[in-house]
Amino acid sequence: MASSNKPVVWALFAAGGTLAAFVLPAIIFSLTLGVGLGWIPLESLSYERTVAGLQSPFAKLAVIAVVVLILWHAAHRLRITAHDLGVYADGLVMLICYGIAALGSIAAFIVLLGL
Amino acid sequence: MRQAFRQLEVLRYDPDTDSAPHFQTYEVPCQDDWVVLDAINYVKENLDRTLSYRWSCHMAVCGSCGLVVNGESVLACHAFLRDYPEKIRVEPLGNFPIERDLVVMIDDFVEKLRTVKPYIVSKKERAIEFGETLQSPEKLAAYKQYADCINCLLCYSACPQYGLNDNFVGPAALALAHRYNLDSRDVGRSARADVVASNPGIWECSFVGACSEVCPKNVDPAASIQQMKIAITADYFMRLLMPWRKP
Amino acid sequence: MLREVSAVFIGSYTLMLIVGLLRLSQGPAAYESFLNAVQSTAGVTLSLISFIFALYHSVTWFGVTPKAMPLRMGGKAVPPAIIVGAHWLVWAIASLLILLWVGV
Repeated sequence: MASSNKPVVWALFAAGGTLAAFVLPAIIFSLTLGVGLGWIPLESLSYERTVAGLQSPFAKLAVIAVVVLILWHAAHRLRITAHDLGVYADGLVMLICYGIAALGSIAAFIVLLGL
Repeated sequence: MRQAFRQLEVLRYDPDTDSAPHFQTYEVPCQDDWVVLDAINYVKENLDRTLSYRWSCHMAVCGSCGLVVNGESVLACHAFLRDYPEKIRVEPLGNFPIERDLVVMIDDFVEKLRTVKPYIVSKKERAIEFGETLQSPEKLAAYKQYADCINCLLCYSACPQYGLNDNFVGPAALALAHRYNLDSRDVGRSARADVVASNPGIWECSFVGACSEVCPKNVDPAASIQQMKIAITADYFMRLLMPWRKP
Repeated sequence: MLREVSAVFIGSYTLMLIVGLLRLSQGPAAYESFLNAVQSTAGVTLSLISFIFALYHSVTWFGVTPKAMPLRMGGKAVPPAIIVGAHWLVWAIASLLILLWVGV
C-alpha cells in the first residue's frame, strides 16, 4: 500500500474537530465568556474550586483529551492552509504547527500531573 | 424573441503561431434564451471559422463542452446568457494544458481514471450463459449518485488542490472509485486502495468542496472522498489492531 | 476561508486555556492575574470572537457530517436534517453537562 501515516494524521484531525464541535462553545462560554460578561459568578472559577475540580483522573483525562485533540485539529488545519496559500516549505510548516501543538499538550500534561 | 448584442471575450491560442494565449473579442447578436454554447456556435458559423472548441449533445449529458465562463467552471450548454452580464469572458477548462483555443488535453484525467479500476471487479468471473447478476433497487440506490458522472472535468477545473498539485488523482476519478466500491457486485475495494488511499489519492483533498459546487450532475465528489477517508482510516486502524482480519 | 480563520481562533483559545493551567500551577496570585486578564475588555472580546468562531465550526462541522457519513436505513437514505439534528441534540446535552460541571 502506497499510503503512509495519513490515516493517523487525519483521524486525529477528525477527532479534534468533532470534539471541538461538541464541547468548545460550552467550554468557552463557561470558562471565560460567561465570567467576562458577568453571567457566571467569579467564584465558580476560584483557585480552590478549580484545583479541586481538576483532581480526579477523569477530569485530568478530559482536559488532556480536549487540549491535545483540539490543538492537533487546529495545527493540522493551519498546516493545510499554509500549503493552500502557496507556502511550499511543508517540513518547516509541520514543525511549527505540530510543534506548538506538541508543546502546548506537554505543558498541559505536566501541569495536570502536578496538581 | 429579443435580441441583444453581447461581447464575447474568448481565449485564443494556436500553438503553431502564437507564443502565448491571448483574448479575442466578438460582438454577438444573442437571443435572450441562449446559452453560452449558442453564442460560441454563432461566432464559429458567422464570425470566425478558426475557433476550436468541444461540444456535442447541447443538453448537459455528454460532458464535452466544459469551459470557464467569467471565472466559473460551467458546461457551455448549461450556462444561460441571462445569468451573465453583457461582457462574457470564455476560457478553456482550468488546470489542464491548452491544446488549441478552448480545447484542453485531458490525458492526465484519462490515465488517472484507468488507475482506479472503474469497472466491476468480481469475486468469480461468470460466463455469459449464467445470465445477469441481480441487484435490488436499494443496492442500486447506494451508489447510483456516483455513477451519474459524465466526465465533464468541471470538478478538476475548479479544484484548487488539483491546481496546486496535478499528481492529485482528483474528484471525478475518486468519485468513480467510490461508485464501484459501493456497488454490491464489486469486491475490488482493496485493489483500488493502492491508488485511492495513496498520498496523491484522497489525502490530497482538503474538502474545499468546489468540485461538488460545480458538478452539473450532483455527483458530489467531495462527499465521496470524505466517505472514503473515513472508510480507509477505519480499515487502517482495524488492520493495525486486528492484523489477522481479512481485508 | 472562514473555516481556516476559525481554526486560528480555536487553536489560540486552547493555547490560552493552557496558559490558564500554567498560571494555576503557579499559585493563587498568578491565577488571579489570569482571571483579571480574562475579564478585561480585550479578554472578553477575544472570548466572544472565539465563541462565535467555535459555534461557526460546530455549525459547519455538523452540516457536512451527512455528506461524510451518510446513513442508510431500510434501503433509504436518512434525511440529512435528522443526522444534523441528532448532533445538535448531543451538543445540547454535552453543553449542559459542561455548564453543570463548571458550576454555573
